[in-house]
Amino acid sequence: MESESTNPNNDLRAIRDIMERSSRFLSLSGLAGIFAGLCALIGAFFAWFYIFNSDKERFGEFLRSTDVSITSGIGLYLSLDAILVLVAAILGAACFSRRKARQAGQPVWTPTTRRLIIHLAIPLLTGGIFILILTLRNHLELVASVMLIFYGLSLVNAGKFTFSEIHYLGLTEIVLGILAGVFVSQGLLVWTIGFGLMHLLYGSIMYYRYERQKKVV
Amino acid sequence: MKNPISNLQKVFESRIRLGIMSALMVNDTLDFNTLKGLLGLTDGNLASHLKALEQQEIIVVSKQFIGRKTSTSYKATGHGRELFRRHLAALEKLINQK
Repeated sequence: MESESTNPNNDLRAIRDIMERSSRFLSLSGLAGIFAGLCALIGAFFAWFYIFNSDKERFGEFLRSTDVSITSGIGLYLSLDAILVLVAAILGAACFSRRKARQAGQPVWTPTTRRLIIHLAIPLLTGGIFILILTLRNHLELVASVMLIFYGLSLVNAGKFTFSEIHYLGLTEIVLGILAGVFVSQGLLVWTIGFGLMHLLYGSIMYYRYERQKKVV
Repeated sequence: MKNPISNLQKVFESRIRLGIMSALMVNDTLDFNTLKGLLGLTDGNLASHLKALEQQEIIVVSKQFIGRKTSTSYKATGHGRELFRRHLAALEKLINQK
């Protein structure tokens, strides 16, 4: 950084750059989204596989069957499946973000990172607890919808502190969540679109917009 | 017409002080290490510029203990924000004149 400024254009550019870097978490990598999408698709594949193997032809029928509870084999299998997807996606996001920050020579752990995580976590943990309540009360048919809605709200809330794509991904997830609530029997399908395809889509958009260009230049 | 240069603030002629103030305009408070990482400066260099801004009452300093360590955080004053806004407006005018 040069110490004396002469050109007002350069000054304004520097001001904008610092304001953006100090108030937004720009280390979020599009690759993290692509990775999360792949995790969700793999998880959804295992869920489909299990449901079809349990002699139920449709997801709706599966949900109405009485033996589905958190303690039954299927309930346990699906919960484990979902938790593995979540853990893999979060670890992926952390790794890819750290990598991107290192490449740019920026610190990862800043007050903005903390703010982003807190704003993401409040709706997300609320949703997690609510899903636990739904599961224990045997309202499994609403789980996919509630996951999408609360995840969408988390992203909208956290979107202020990072790329604007996150805000729009959040809105998309909320709309899909409401659809999943209306068309309950298609819950897993909509879940797969929301967590799988949408992450792939938005992750790719972010990657092409912010990361690939920099390598060419 | 008034000369826009007259609104340029001498104190923000330094790119480093301009940078510190830009960061404090969009963050309520920032601590020393965050500013250091953000601007990529050495301790001594950053400290001397912060001192200059503090003396002109553009920023205020507060020290608190976090465990046993002291943490120094900085905040823009109302006066500082006003000066920065005037400086920005003057820069924009300069560009539009060209």
